[in-house]
Amino acid sequence: MKISYNWIKEYLDLNVSPADLAEKIERTSVEVDGVTQPSAGLKKIVVGHVLAIEMHPDSDHLHICQIDVGEDEPLQIVCGAPNIAKGQNVIVALPGSRIADNVKIKKSKMRGVPSAGMVCALQEIGFSEDVVPKDYVDGIYVLPADATPGDDVYDYLGMNDSLIDLDVTPNRGDMLSLNGTLHDLAAIYDQPVELDQPNVKETGDAIDSELTLHVDADLAPQYRMRLVKQVKIAPSPMWLQIRLWNAGYRPINNVVDITNYIMLKYGQPLHAFDYDKFDGQDVYVRTATPGEPLTTLDEGEHELTDQDIVIADSNRPIGLAGVMGGLDASITDQTKTVAIEAAVFEHDHIRKAAQRHHLHTDASQRFERGVNQAGVQDALDAAAQMMNELADGAVQTGTAVGSDNEPEPAVITITMSHINAVLGTDLTQDQVTHILESLGFTVVASGESLTVTVPIRRNDIHIPADLLEEVARIYGYDELPTTLPTGRMTMGTLTAAQKLMRATRHSLEGLGLNQAISYALTTEDKAKMFTMQASETTKLAWPMSVDHAVLRMNVITGLLDDIAYNTARKVKDVALYEQGRVFYREDGTDRPSEEEHIAGAITGTLMPAGWNQPAQAVDFFQMKGIVEAYLQDMAVNGDVSFVANADMPEMHPGRTADVLVHGHRIGFIGQIHPSIAKQFKIGATYVFELNLQAIIDMPKQENQYDLISRYPAITRDIAMLVSDETTNEEIVALIEKRGGAYLQSVKLFDVYDGVKVPKGKKSLAYTLTYQDKKGTLVDDDVNQAFDKVTKRLQDDLNAEIR
Amino acid sequence: MSLKDKLDELQKRGLDEIKKSNDLKDVNQVRVNLLGKKGPITEVLRGMRDLDAEERPKVGAFANKVRDDLTAALEGRREELERAVLNARLANEALDVTLPGTPVAKGEPHVIQQIIDQIEDLFLGMGYQVLSGPEVEEDKYNFEMMNIPKNHPARDMQDTFYITKEILMRTQTSPMQARTLEKHDFSQGPLKMISPGVVYRRDTDDPTHSHQFHQVEGLVIDKHITMADLKGTLQVLAHELFGDKFDVRLRPSYFPFTEPSVEADITCFNCGGKGCGVCKNTGWIEVLGAGMVHPNVLKMAGVDPDVYGGFAFGVGPDRFAMLKYGVDDIRNFYLNDVRFLKQFTKKG
Ligand SMILES: [Zn+2]
Repeated sequence: MKISYNWIKEYLDLNVSPADLAEKIERTSVEVDGVTQPSAGLKKIVVGHVLAIEMHPDSDHLHICQIDVGEDEPLQIVCGAPNIAKGQNVIVALPGSRIADNVKIKKSKMRGVPSAGMVCALQEIGFSEDVVPKDYVDGIYVLPADATPGDDVYDYLGMNDSLIDLDVTPNRGDMLSLNGTLHDLAAIYDQPVELDQPNVKETGDAIDSELTLHVDADLAPQYRMRLVKQVKIAPSPMWLQIRLWNAGYRPINNVVDITNYIMLKYGQPLHAFDYDKFDGQDVYVRTATPGEPLTTLDEGEHELTDQDIVIADSNRPIGLAGVMGGLDASITDQTKTVAIEAAVFEHDHIRKAAQRHHLHTDASQRFERGVNQAGVQDALDAAAQMMNELADGAVQTGTAVGSDNEPEPAVITITMSHINAVLGTDLTQDQVTHILESLGFTVVASGESLTVTVPIRRNDIHIPADLLEEVARIYGYDELPTTLPTGRMTMGTLTAAQKLMRATRHSLEGLGLNQAISYALTTEDKAKMFTMQASETTKLAWPMSVDHAVLRMNVITGLLDDIAYNTARKVKDVALYEQGRVFYREDGTDRPSEEEHIAGAITGTLMPAGWNQPAQAVDFFQMKGIVEAYLQDMAVNGDVSFVANADMPEMHPGRTADVLVHGHRIGFIGQIHPSIAKQFKIGATYVFELNLQAIIDMPKQENQYDLISRYPAITRDIAMLVSDETTNEEIVALIEKRGGAYLQSVKLFDVYDGVKVPKGKKSLAYTLTYQDKKGTLVDDDVNQAFDKVTKRLQDDLNAEIR
Repeated sequence: MSLKDKLDELQKRGLDEIKKSNDLKDVNQVRVNLLGKKGPITEVLRGMRDLDAEERPKVGAFANKVRDDLTAALEGRREELERAVLNARLANEALDVTLPGTPVAKGEPHVIQQIIDQIEDLFLGMGYQVLSGPEVEEDKYNFEMMNIPKNHPARDMQDTFYITKEILMRTQTSPMQARTLEKHDFSQGPLKMISPGVVYRRDTDDPTHSHQFHQVEGLVIDKHITMADLKGTLQVLAHELFGDKFDVRLRPSYFPFTEPSVEADITCFNCGGKGCGVCKNTGWIEVLGAGMVHPNVLKMAGVDPDVYGGFAFGVGPDRFAMLKYGVDDIRNFYLNDVRFLKQFTKKG
């Protein structure tokens, strides 16, 4: 809500600049989005009086105008506006002036005719098109007849005012009005404030004979109407138009403007109906019958539901309660009798109706937050009074009341010790009482206990904590001391799982992978890829886009999306890991279980090419080395093994392995299937994904000291030809099993399957290291063990020793 | 010519030859020539047989000295030449030390992770636990127990991804606070926790909005926790993340789960508080929301609000990272351009 600095100053004697006032409001009350002065940035824009006007000889729409701008000689200005006429006072941008958007106006020629400046529309001096009176939207603006040529136009148009744009939080509905703001400022500046009291002159008959209200009080706790007869619809006076357009409202006519003005001043939305359009004298506040049609003021057509509250005559709805009036009974230039409605509608219905019909109006916004339920009659009276004063209307005697359930004010008891204990302050009872009273609250003290009666307009205050906020903000948050919690000590430590997750990240970073954080919401297709267990998908009910509609069941696809993003930007070498959750759902349950996973993806090269080393394209074994090193870092207790898996549809059937710890599958590793790579528009990519939760849950090895032998080790190399089907793992397992007591390690040092070996065979070579921790080994012992192993390799694996 | 003169002569000639030797081979040849079994020194010594018994020891001693001197000179010359050879080789091995080092593979933690870790470490040091809850939450924990009943207008402030009517993607990490509050045994001590994690909002992704982002929420509940404690805690946080010269100020705000509720601003990074475009000329930048826990939140979790109370706060690591590093598009955090990720090397 934009609130006028000048308007505030009519009620409070503030000696502060608009910027300082805004700052104070922001620090004490509600957020301020900005302070603007409409005339800021404008220069040399004055009142001009049109002395003479003639058509431009070379144009069918341009006029050549002689305009008195208060100088000795009139200015000649060429103007294309259709509504310019002799005798008008208009807005003139002089040569050398600056209009909206920092545009400079210079002397020029228009189709050969000199033009010394420009006659302006309101939009051209910075007005939003939404607030320009309809008559002037497509032409220049005409100033009042008593404006003095040569004067700056700003004061005539209210442009020297400053407007403070309040961003009111949902709890502070009271701040959506001048009066509410004045109450807060009175407390902030510790000044009394005197608000206007309406004084209606009732001259007509008793209203009862002309209007009967039938109101469901659950829908509208308060519902009142007044009738004003013989109104003369006309434009509002300038001061009123200025108030409205500065607050962001378009002036329409005196009757409609008055309702908007009262809303700004009192926070009470009003609606003016054309009484003569009512079918009969009865007005109903009821729920709509499903399917009932209503055309609102904005000419929107709505099909109503039984959750909508409507204002209706005997025949049909004439307004969507608290949201927008209907077109049929709206005020027109022909309106003679106005029925003014002032009501309180149940906020939840209003909120939903505004959402349902996409009509978030200033009225609905205020009803949703709650209006001042003690001020409904005042607002109605003030409107009737203004219609009498500004539209010559005759106010009928009395108010028609359909419901009148004004709530009781909140009474809250709070103790001084509680206030100081929660705020950490040493406030005295006098200080607290003074703050609350300055807000208009009534305080009765008894010992250190305060009984506070809260005015009905502050519908956000119900409990002691609400009073604490009032005391704290008016006292000032800057005045609070700065301390840290004391009391019993607590330990701050990470859990074992949290430590392992941190260790996981550090390990993978040390191994060259960068941490990625990808989107957990993805497409249904991607959610289902690379899954490690059977699961139903979990879908959003109303996704924003199909790209982020289903919860992931794997981490890899997010990394592939990342690689695709890099690839598209010509970043070829990408090494990423991500630690995050996947979401598995069982059929028949709504809520998925969440499992921590760790995944990696590399493409291009891991070790970038340097001047002294060639780039080495990533391969399976590089990724395997990373996974092995990582699992070693995590010290999982159990043998890690890699078992070929040709059955994952998204993976290369010959380059994929399950990762097993102690025979238990915790994930997989390998190259993604070339057709998947193509689908993601990426190159050869190697990935792994592991169930991190499983790793967290596994027993871990303890570090312990192992004697380092002082005795020399003896090595023997063995090279063999074996069938292609024989795996390294089988060979190593056999050697380890049959290697004898002194075998310390088996290390593969060569694999060859090129032209020098027969088809279907491959050559592998190993170094066997023997050592005795307690003595020096003799060759004979080693030879014996080595011969034994050699024989087993020949017998069991059909190896041909070379 | 006496033997002594001969020896003098030999020494002189020998030293001269040693000096002239140019390489190790020469030196060796000179040694053989001078000191070998057939060399002149041996010959001179052989001639001692003819000397008087009286003179023999004198000449003998002198001969030994000549031999030792020559040996030492040879050794010196050898070392000198060896050093020259080594120096020549080393000179040959000189590198252009300005050539770049051999690349090594090195990964970086994500910038958001770095900020979360930093916040975690700070609060661990102050005795807080770190607790992370489920990302798919029940409406009950995400909203109702946070004092946001169904139909509460505050639900409009947070657009939510629902899965069913009761199941949703958490919009904040505070559900974990409700879950922890329900279980906490206050006889064992106060509750001090932070809950970091991913949250989701039904937003269209653009430079300042992301449907996925991070939050770290904090909660302290005990018998004597004050708003001044909240202010102090937020100040410690600001100092840790941004530096000691940053001030914190509180402004009134509204959250359904706290009362009083505040927004916390810190001194503008860009201008240091003087006022600039980044801070809209206020000198301050809004960084987090906080407040004293609403009694309803405590009540719903089974905690007596007349005995216990405390504060809660929520910070957005994404926003912190954007402010701290001037990142102009939040989507950068989730697209994982390696050139972006590499900009934030972990310090320390
Ligand atoms: Zn700044």
